Amino acid sequence: MPTEFFLDKVWLIPLFPLAGAALMLLVGKRLQNSAVSAVCVGSVFASFLFSLGAVWQLLQRPAAERVAQKILFEWVPAGLTHTSSGKLVNFVAEWGLLLDPLSAVMILVVTGVGFLIHFYSIGYMAHEGGYYRFFGYMNLFMFSMLTLVLANNMLLMFVGWEGVGLCSYLLIGFYFLRKSAADAGKKAFIVNRVGDAGFLLGIFLSVGALGTIKFTEFAPALAAGHFTVGAPVITAIALLLFVGATGKSAQIPLYVWLPDAMEGPTPVSALIHAATMVTAGVYMVTRHNAMYQLAPLALDVVAVIGALTAIYAASMGLVQNDIKRILAYSTISQLGYMFLACGVGAFAAGIFHLTTHAFFKALLFLGSGSVIHALSGEQDIRKMGALWDKIPTTAKTFLIATLAIAGIPPFAGFFSKDEILGKTFEHSPALWGIGILTAGMTAFYMFRLVNMTFFGASRVPHDVEHHIHESPRTMTVPLMILAALSVVGGWIGWPASLGGSNRFEHFLDPVIARHGAEHVEAAAVHGGAIEYALMLASVLIALAGIWLARLFYIQRTDLPGKLASSFSGLYQLVYRKYYMDEVYDALFVNRAKDLGTTLALFDAKVIDALGVDGTGWLTRFASRLSIWWDTWIVDGLVNLAARMVWLFSYPVRMVQTGLVSSYALLIVFGVLVVLGYYGYLLRTMLR
Amino acid sequence: MDFFHNHILSVVLFTPLVGSLLALFIPRENENAHRVLGNVFGILGFLVSLPLIWWFNPSTKGFQLIENLDWIPSIGARYTLGIDGISFLLVMLTTLLGAISILSSWSAIQARVKEYYLLFLLLQTGMLGVFMSLDFFLFYVFWEVMLVPMYFLIGVWGSERRLYAAIKFFLYTLAGSVVMLLGILAVYFNYSKLTGGTYTFDIPTLLASVSQSSDAFRTWLFWGFFFAFAIKVPMFPFHTWLPDAHTEAPTAGSVILAGVLLKMGTYGFIRFSLPLMPQGVVARQRIVGVMVALSIISIIYGALVCMMQKDMKKLIAYSSVSHLGFCTLGLFALTPMGLSGSVIQQINHGISTGALFLIVGVLYERRHTRLISEFGGLSTPMPSFAAVYMIITLSSLGMPLLNGFIGEFTILRGVFEVNKTWAAWGVIGIILGAAYLLWLYQRVMFGPVTNPANEHLPDLNLREQATLVPLVLLALWIGVYPKPLFRYLDVPVRQIVERVNPGYYPAERATAPLESAPAGAPGAAPAAVLELDKHPTDSHPSPSPAEKE
Repeated sequence: MPTEFFLDKVWLIPLFPLAGAALMLLVGKRLQNSAVSAVCVGSVFASFLFSLGAVWQLLQRPAAERVAQKILFEWVPAGLTHTSSGKLVNFVAEWGLLLDPLSAVMILVVTGVGFLIHFYSIGYMAHEGGYYRFFGYMNLFMFSMLTLVLANNMLLMFVGWEGVGLCSYLLIGFYFLRKSAADAGKKAFIVNRVGDAGFLLGIFLSVGALGTIKFTEFAPALAAGHFTVGAPVITAIALLLFVGATGKSAQIPLYVWLPDAMEGPTPVSALIHAATMVTAGVYMVTRHNAMYQLAPLALDVVAVIGALTAIYAASMGLVQNDIKRILAYSTISQLGYMFLACGVGAFAAGIFHLTTHAFFKALLFLGSGSVIHALSGEQDIRKMGALWDKIPTTAKTFLIATLAIAGIPPFAGFFSKDEILGKTFEHSPALWGIGILTAGMTAFYMFRLVNMTFFGASRVPHDVEHHIHESPRTMTVPLMILAALSVVGGWIGWPASLGGSNRFEHFLDPVIARHGAEHVEAAAVHGGAIEYALMLASVLIALAGIWLARLFYIQRTDLPGKLASSFSGLYQLVYRKYYMDEVYDALFVNRAKDLGTTLALFDAKVIDALGVDGTGWLTRFASRLSIWWDTWIVDGLVNLAARMVWLFSYPVRMVQTGLVSSYALLIVFGVLVVLGYYGYLLRTMLR
Repeated sequence: MDFFHNHILSVVLFTPLVGSLLALFIPRENENAHRVLGNVFGILGFLVSLPLIWWFNPSTKGFQLIENLDWIPSIGARYTLGIDGISFLLVMLTTLLGAISILSSWSAIQARVKEYYLLFLLLQTGMLGVFMSLDFFLFYVFWEVMLVPMYFLIGVWGSERRLYAAIKFFLYTLAGSVVMLLGILAVYFNYSKLTGGTYTFDIPTLLASVSQSSDAFRTWLFWGFFFAFAIKVPMFPFHTWLPDAHTEAPTAGSVILAGVLLKMGTYGFIRFSLPLMPQGVVARQRIVGVMVALSIISIIYGALVCMMQKDMKKLIAYSSVSHLGFCTLGLFALTPMGLSGSVIQQINHGISTGALFLIVGVLYERRHTRLISEFGGLSTPMPSFAAVYMIITLSSLGMPLLNGFIGEFTILRGVFEVNKTWAAWGVIGIILGAAYLLWLYQRVMFGPVTNPANEHLPDLNLREQATLVPLVLLALWIGVYPKPLFRYLDVPVRQIVERVNPGYYPAERATAPLESAPAGAPGAAPAAVLELDKHPTDSHPSPSPAEKE
């Protein structure tokens, strides 16, 4: 085996699931369920093993050389094009894979968590129709997601980007017999397309400004182009790319699709709408950090949108009753944290939170799936309660994940969230305020969920209660592994202030610190008392949230109802998700439909009726005119001539009587005249 | 073999006509014999075009495989055929789609079978002739020849309002081509005036002769040719014949109409209108402005109208207006990426929209209706159909790794280079494209089966699979490995851009690396974007028109 076997074979990582998907979608219908799961779970496991191998070999290299590129072929050799500076470049997008510390983290998360979720699905989907279709789409998703994170250029990343969107569409609409599911899938696709438009324009602009779309060439091209901090074109690229990120990662204003996406099967929500796909925007922003670091304005936008989304989504999470929708709003909110991190320049912290979030949020979704499974499909937490003893493994692992997301040390979420909040405080205390408030709200709504589901009095209907059962091992084992990761996963980024060395951040340094070295240094020097105070504050507010949730949903269960009725306007506003769906429908969807109707009418009534039929009428009119001309002028002259002849012939016609006797009389008369004439002639000659 | 090699274009051109003539000798009662004959010659027409792949050399400049014979010496008309990379791709598309549409007609056509296949093969020859002719007179003959069979295909084998649609189609096209005839004659007499009495219809000669004419004359010529091509494409506001013609035409007619006939408009723009464009920057910009505006209107307008259609075929017809808008937009960016993207998108549109019409045909044969509201939940009874239809929908809306994306991306980058706002409008068209296509798919395929008539619809049969699977494979191939297409377009596109956008290529320096760089083996050019011009001192003024920051 060559020394860097796995690095050389890095292209196999996305290929395994692609092969699985192709097999499923071509012949899957004829396969047994066991064969389907063997192929599809096996393919992801193979990807995971190869990812481990590749990352391990990457780690063997010295930190500065941890970039491995594998170019397979020229994908879009589109030819010559001008950059904005008038330089002629040859545009070639390669099918090339790039493994560096950033993509290394991503492939481990994607294949690791992805494998666990695939494994879980064996049990969860066992009794569903379309088993092969489900696993086919899931494998296709893995291929797309791995292409997204391993791409060495923007266009190939866009392939993965659209691919995960497509699989998300197909899997949200997996139960396509339900109209709501099909609608949700379509909504997700179209809203994402709006974001993709921004991404696409960002690619165009990058070609124009830098003459390249290849990640490894950004830094040299930025240097060669003498772009300084705040260069407008770089800011424009960064903002356009961020538009794409708001779509994929469900940020304001394009977040509306994610709550509806919960129509899909729960493993899909765990894999796509929590752990991997929705974090693609964060990855994309981090991947382009070289540009963002030159665009402070864009970074500010990212930070503000991230913070606002975090608190806005958390507020909606406070009042929802569908277990998966609460988790969906929580995902949007946590993604907001990640963007907040990127926006304040702490890209590594964003990726760190992405990683820990993948563990605990996948666990939360899978746990919720286990709860739903146990309750025969019930998703409303008002019809749950006191499940702690009945489904103990699910309950305990769910609690661990909740502690992690609430930011209680030493669970994973504490470290990553705390690092984000710490970096935010250095940047802007106001944004930190929003962040810490969100942290309190997060602890509250998550413990509201836990209390209403697992503790208190049981509100489960009787007919359902008989069937409550713990899920099979295929489902609980992934829960336990993820629970372990939700505990220890954060330790890899143990901060220096607590005696650690934050190995995670240092691992990512080569990808991120390249242009903002001084920035990172400044952050490291910081520390001491303020850092401890911030940590204490975030733990305290989380505890407060937990206490409040306990008060509301275990001790004084009458309080929430009272509050809701005394602030009913506000409650309805939040409960109805600020009416944003209605607003978007009124502003965009219905306007587009109206415009379509109007234009179709324009075609029928103006172009066809006035233009085409009008031309027809004009032609007929002209033809009538020529008929008239022919009849009255051309033929009229001829007729006039004829009439003249007829008129002048009148006296002649008088003699034409047709009677033989009158002709005879005329002949006699004529003969007499002729004879008389000759007689007259004779007389004069003889004289 | 030698004869075959030397006259390959004639063979490809007249193979369908031979079938058409043979059909005359078979009695009309013998319907299956006509079906077999039609299919044999459809497939044969495709097979004889295959050697072009080897015999056509994509790196040679100008036209190839030329045939040149005297025809009507007194007026200078000759029988001249020849192809370049652009016409090569369109010829291949025509022979393939021709074979597929003839195959798709097997059970759909039950009346006047003899005449149907006879006319269809005649139509094939007409279309191929348009793409191959290098003589204006010959070109015009084929242009008109193709009109007649199409008129009958719509008017005889169409549905309820077929006569209205057929006459509308005929009159529209005829009106355009008459104006074009005037244009041709103007160029023709202009040439004889220049040369002192030599008459020729040779297209390259005549187009070259215009370079000495005044911009005013060339502007007039441009607008003369414009009507013929804009109607054919069709561009807003000349598009209303298309929904009617598509809706009423039989399936195979729609496939050919969308797949090939519309491309004659864009082909005409590339072959004649672009070289005729005036030299002066102002005059050229004025034309470009109008053309781009019409293209963008077509894109957005077509897409919006699509959304509210109740008839599947009409919806797809309007989507053609939108997609062809991308093609014309790319052309009039006058950049290499815009042009090659446009040609690729023309091929893609032939594949995707052709397949979409086949898909509607599959449903129409089963239910004899095209109303969207009649369907719903078809995924349950027709799973294979659902899969094929999904892939084609994705290809049409520009999903990466399928063909549509390659075309749209290349066009829009080529446009973006010239004007960022234009590209942004195009991108809006892409968003709308996803909306109307997915909504259509949802209404037809998803949900429970509500209409009892749909409960037991049979899935795709073998013949239907044979028509659709090749198109699906092509869509995938172009999406994953479009390099061969770009290779065919490199040389002709460069020639056109050099002519219409002088100064795009910075003098002589760019020529050398072009030949060596991208044509090499994969990996030979390690950079995603290879810099050709590394001289920072080069103060060449921004050469592309209207380059804006």
